[in-house]
Amino acid sequence: MKSPHSTRKALRRTAVVVATGLALSMSLAACSGSGTGSTAASTASAADITAALNEKSTITVWAWAPAVADIATAFEKEHPNVTVKVVNAGTGNDQYIKLQNAIKAGSGAPDIAQIEYYALPQFALSKSLADLSAYGFDSFASEYTDSTWGSVKLGDGIYALPQDSGPMAMFYNKAVFDQYGLTVPTTWDEYIATAKKLHAANPKAYITNDTGDAGFTTSMIWQAGGKPFTTTDSTKVSINLQDEGSKKFADTWNTLLSNDLLAATPSWSDEWYKGLGDGTIATLNIGAWMPGNLETGVKEASGNWRVAPMPTYKAGDTASAENGGGGDAILEQSTNKLVAAGFLQYMNEGAGTQISIDAGGFPSTVADLNSDKFLNATSDYFGGQKINEVLVQSAKDVVPGWSYLPFQVYSNSIFKDTVGQAYAAKSDINAGLTAWQKATADYGNQQGFTVTSK
Amino acid sequence: MTTLSTLTPSGRALSGPRKPHVQKRDWTGWKFIAPFMVVFTLVLIAPVLYSIYLSFFKEQLVGGNSFVGFANYGQALTDPKFWESMGRVTLFFVVQVPIMLGIALFAALAIDSARLHLSSFFRIAIFLPYAVPAVVATLMWGFMYGTKFGLVGNLNDFFHLAIPDPLGSSWVLASIGNIVTWEFIGYNMILFYAALRVIPTDLYEAASLDGAGAFRIIRSIKMPALRPAIVIGGIFSVIGSFQLFNEPSILQSLAPNTISTYFSPNMYAYNLSFAGQQYNYSATIAIIVGLITAVIAYIVQNSGSRKEV
Repeated sequence: MKSPHSTRKALRRTAVVVATGLALSMSLAACSGSGTGSTAASTASAADITAALNEKSTITVWAWAPAVADIATAFEKEHPNVTVKVVNAGTGNDQYIKLQNAIKAGSGAPDIAQIEYYALPQFALSKSLADLSAYGFDSFASEYTDSTWGSVKLGDGIYALPQDSGPMAMFYNKAVFDQYGLTVPTTWDEYIATAKKLHAANPKAYITNDTGDAGFTTSMIWQAGGKPFTTTDSTKVSINLQDEGSKKFADTWNTLLSNDLLAATPSWSDEWYKGLGDGTIATLNIGAWMPGNLETGVKEASGNWRVAPMPTYKAGDTASAENGGGGDAILEQSTNKLVAAGFLQYMNEGAGTQISIDAGGFPSTVADLNSDKFLNATSDYFGGQKINEVLVQSAKDVVPGWSYLPFQVYSNSIFKDTVGQAYAAKSDINAGLTAWQKATADYGNQQGFTVTSK
Repeated sequence: MTTLSTLTPSGRALSGPRKPHVQKRDWTGWKFIAPFMVVFTLVLIAPVLYSIYLSFFKEQLVGGNSFVGFANYGQALTDPKFWESMGRVTLFFVVQVPIMLGIALFAALAIDSARLHLSSFFRIAIFLPYAVPAVVATLMWGFMYGTKFGLVGNLNDFFHLAIPDPLGSSWVLASIGNIVTWEFIGYNMILFYAALRVIPTDLYEAASLDGAGAFRIIRSIKMPALRPAIVIGGIFSVIGSFQLFNEPSILQSLAPNTISTYFSPNMYAYNLSFAGQQYNYSATIAIIVGLITAVIAYIVQNSGSRKEV
């Protein structure tokens, strides 16, 4: 997912935290010097972290979010003894491969790594990440949206601090809607009717594009209320991609697919950007990090796009899901966890969140989401619409209770072999989901999990 | 007919009569090849041995590492995905390689015929695609194959044609074959052309004095002289076909649903390893593919050389 990153929180509160930390560290100055190089087992207080930050140290951060380098610079100014090396080790899966290799090798992993929500269980459940409760980070729960906090809280542990988030919304090209006299759909039935009307009026135009994308499909199942993946005791996995929500999504999408109402254009391809620009792709149901991508990638449609809540299955309902986004985690391999914790807090809970928002990231911190400045921001690209009002509402409407598999990265990689085949043949998506479930369960069992396939 | 001794593979020239003399232990020779042997061991033998070592273990996300003997091999030999990918590259090899070598041969003979104007221009022009990196070539062709905004789309629009989607599941292998052919005709042509250039011209003179026409010269002089080069080209093509990776891997982003994660054996091994962390099984697949490739390359070499005798 190409979501830029971010987060932020009121500066006032940060100032309080920092001040408290400083005061504590001064009172403990006499017995300092024992804080660095802690192990995960011990619990550390804010004072331990502050003490560690005053000593000379270097930490490495793997992240592809553009804001992280700026956050590191700002952090180094406040903590001149700490050097933060930011490395772009690849985006998404490319980085996870390297990270997994370093974990397997037992050395070479960074202190902090950016990990998307869908990939987090894979690293957390294999005990590769430090439980942040040891640093008192579990007390931040109320500062983040429920859905992002739910994504980093796995079992009893907190394995990352959320950075950006991607509550879904329907982005639509108003110029196209006006041209063909379409009304903005609020239910999926209306969405299908709109798709038919648009395609009949202009056979080159489609309501949206979809060639089968694991991230999109899981988010859509999430929005439909499905909970296909459950993990208990970290190794007992249950998969049911034919539960009520999964079926609801698949049946709706089958109608679009079998009636040739979906553009077969892969997302992020050149054709896709062209389609978004020339109106042949009329809507996108996608995460809240999309505005920046539209503004930079689809300049020719400036002023045409608007944001509306996602259609729902029942009129009058509100339901949303997260699509993309992620947080940052501390690796168990790190020998400098206290400093890493200090930087992580600064980045995703402290002053770093505003830097991330300024770089175009959609935050996961409640204070930022509800700040007047954020809610009232208007964008000329979206015809002056206060798009954040819609997006923030979506963050509140995310259906609770979703979880990903502890081997979601691999599972997503074989999505095209199974569900993708249904898309290619324009056949039943339910059959594709069943095949995906089987291949995923086989892999899980081979990897030593106990997989129950329903 | 004359066979040219200069072109016979060196292996057979060396098999002279054995000298019945007692071997004295002399390491001078070894000292000379030591630098090579060190590098050879480090970069070739060691990784192969390590892969074989890996293939006898199984590491799981849950449960750790354990010795499993030949279990990975047993799994691979009954893995339908593996055999589907092997079948696909075999089909690719059987269809694409003869076409590519045939065109390359034709081009080499045409340039060598001395009847072609601007032959050095054609030589460079045909060779040029080989200088284009495979990644760039694939992206370039990928854009041309596009049915919406690509060349295919433009042709369809302009002439009201209905060219089927080159990246659809029924055509994608042929489309990849087209890219690979485009890339490697020049390379094989140079290989053949070089073999043709070393034929002494007095042979042609003698042949024409005997009344041989152009086609008779091709059949009786040029083709026998080309045989070793064709065998070499064939072996490279076997290896290239069974190692198919770049082209499908890059086209995957343009046609995600037609190119599966096990499209070719190499892609399968890559995805097992880098997406699924199944390093052990991936190493097993790699070793089996290596063995099969070596056997087929050996058969090609043997069948090519045997006719020569």
